Amino acid sequence: MSALTAQSSPRGPKPKRLTPARVGLYGFVAMSCLFFLAPLYVMIITSLKPMEEVRLGYIFKWPDSPTIQPWIDAWSSACTGLACEGIHSGFYNSIKITIPSVMVSIFAGALFGYCLSFWKMKGSNFLFGLLLLGAFLPYQLFIYPLVRIYAWAGAYGTMFNIITVHTIFGLPVMTLLFRNYFSSVPIELFKAARVDGAGFWRIFLSVMLPLATPVVIVAVILQVTGIWNDFLFGTVFAGQNNWPMTVLLNNIVNTTQGERHYNIDMAATILTAAVPLTVYFVSGRWFVRGIAAGAVKG
Amino acid sequence: MSALNSHATGNPADASVAVRDLLIAYGSLVVLDKLSLDIPKGEFLVLLGPSGCGKSTLLNSIAGLLDITDGEIWISGKNVTWEEPKDRGIGMVFQSYALYPRMSVYDNMAFGLKIAGLPKSEIEERVGRAAKMLKLEPLLKRKPSELSGGQRQRVAIGRALVRNVDVFLFDEPLSNLDAQLRSELRVEIKKLHQDIGNTMIYVTHDQIEAMTLADRIAVMKGGIIQQLDDPHTIYNRPKNLFVAGFIGSPAMTFLNGKITALNGAPAVDVGGGVVVPLGRYQFEAGSSAPAAGTDVVLGVRPEHIITGSPADGTEDGRRFWTKGQVKMLEPTGADTILWTEVGGQNLTVRVDSDHEVALYAHFDFAFDLDRASLFDKASGDRL
Ligand SMILES: Nc1ncnc2c1ncn2[C@@H]1O[C@H](COP(=O)(O)OP(=O)(O)O)[C@@H](O)[C@H]1O
Ligand SMILES: [Mg+2]
Repeated sequence: MSALTAQSSPRGPKPKRLTPARVGLYGFVAMSCLFFLAPLYVMIITSLKPMEEVRLGYIFKWPDSPTIQPWIDAWSSACTGLACEGIHSGFYNSIKITIPSVMVSIFAGALFGYCLSFWKMKGSNFLFGLLLLGAFLPYQLFIYPLVRIYAWAGAYGTMFNIITVHTIFGLPVMTLLFRNYFSSVPIELFKAARVDGAGFWRIFLSVMLPLATPVVIVAVILQVTGIWNDFLFGTVFAGQNNWPMTVLLNNIVNTTQGERHYNIDMAATILTAAVPLTVYFVSGRWFVRGIAAGAVKG
Repeated sequence: MSALNSHATGNPADASVAVRDLLIAYGSLVVLDKLSLDIPKGEFLVLLGPSGCGKSTLLNSIAGLLDITDGEIWISGKNVTWEEPKDRGIGMVFQSYALYPRMSVYDNMAFGLKIAGLPKSEIEERVGRAAKMLKLEPLLKRKPSELSGGQRQRVAIGRALVRNVDVFLFDEPLSNLDAQLRSELRVEIKKLHQDIGNTMIYVTHDQIEAMTLADRIAVMKGGIIQQLDDPHTIYNRPKNLFVAGFIGSPAMTFLNGKITALNGAPAVDVGGGVVVPLGRYQFEAGSSAPAAGTDVVLGVRPEHIITGSPADGTEDGRRFWTKGQVKMLEPTGADTILWTEVGGQNLTVRVDSDHEVALYAHFDFAFDLDRASLFDKASGDRL
């Protein structure tokens, strides 16, 4: 073959060309970034401005004399209704609510999903159908009956109340998640464990749960963000002493008296959003790693 | 039907594994019907049959991994019908390896022993012994995902081995492996059986595996054991048309014909003027030549056909010479498959690859009458 024909004939990787589709795609990505990042930029710089600068109304303008005072105020002295103690008590309440709710709902969901996949009894498919229905019914339907039930049991407006409510409402989706994962696990693995003498709990804890790490991570992301961001259940069931951060944030932002402290509002909002954001950034890495580990069929 | 499916030979307590009247039904779907079977100690029994015939169901019932509808399972002289799998004295190896993905090779093998509460030194010793036998010693710290398919299956065998059990159950252990590994591991399993002498029940749909490994083969179809015999008998004296057609590759040729009389002896007229004498055919015990005019099927294995010519001095009463035409040639390396026609019916012949035959040539060949099979066309049973 002569050098000339070798040059002109196709060989090696196909040269990439900029197609209109690609231009459109990049354009779309850029627009989306702008759309989501612009408000975040405004929030951050506003939270770093003293009120005098905020009043001027140049929302995109970089602060002339940046200050972290609004953040301190938001944390410890902003008024949430009558009390002026900032948002920090809500932060601790949210943690106290979120951690047990997430742990219990994921553990129970994994357990139910495991039962539905490996220990099928008569009616377990029906049970699963019922659970699915539960996942899709609007939960506003249940609020009033639940208030009555908890009040009757003398547990209304307590930590126990809000934690159990989050657990119950998290269960259908958690169960669905784990059942779907476990039903893709070869049944032979379960059989092998039984021949090895492992019982119900041993198979669950030593074989299936370690296998489900990627799902556990997904579940943690879903539950932490869902429960942390919850407002409705918190307002209704938690009781004033246990109000989560979202409720306090609302109270700060919606105070009707006096001047609006936009810088404090912004700081409080970012503080409230910080936890789910961190979960996304930290667990996203784990998430990808978990998926990759699971993809190599063991 | 139930009588057909009974292969019990004695007292269930005397066998290594005994199955009595095993019935497995899902609603109205009967998967195994009143199956009875005795497996003596140390036997390598292969369950062979097409996919969906109930092989895994039978194996899982023996293992105790399945709720049975009716019947009994006996292992090592004990009625274990209601026992948990772990208490039955069995080890099991699965097609998909079923290794615990998050545990090391060592922990995979030690898992059952830890649950049983064995002391650490004992566990180490047993795992070490199994690892040595299966050449897994350098791999003990690895995770299953870091092993090749063949290595994974050896770990799974090791996991069964460390349990020190009497009975090994294999459910298509080699089906996920490529051809090369499959034949390697097949030899290893055979050697393992020779070394430790346990009872082994081995499910496969691969007839080569069945023929090479088995002491006895149970050929199954539709939940019924069609024939239970040693590989030689299964191959040479198949009990019915299904077994005859399922075993052997290329498959046995079936020639449809009618019983006639030839010089006072029974013969089969397969059409086209070809009449095969049955004077030397060994009928099954208890059956004799059927009446003239009965529809029968003459089964001939491709390698039981002799080529050459009747004049070359090999003529004796064993052979019946006739002519056929080559329609297609298929060289496989070791030998050549001739797809031919005789009496208007297809006939497959296996000849040595040096044998020179031209396409469309007419050639002389002989049936080896001692090794032919004759079946009743209506019932499919061997005559
Ligand atoms: N849980 C079940 N429900 C209904 N039918 C089943 C079930 N398990 C197995 N079967 C049926 O039993 C038959 C035998 O299955 P199996 O023993 O797995 O066959 P194989 O010989 O391929 O191992 C199949 O026809 C299958 O459809
Ligand atoms: Mg099977």
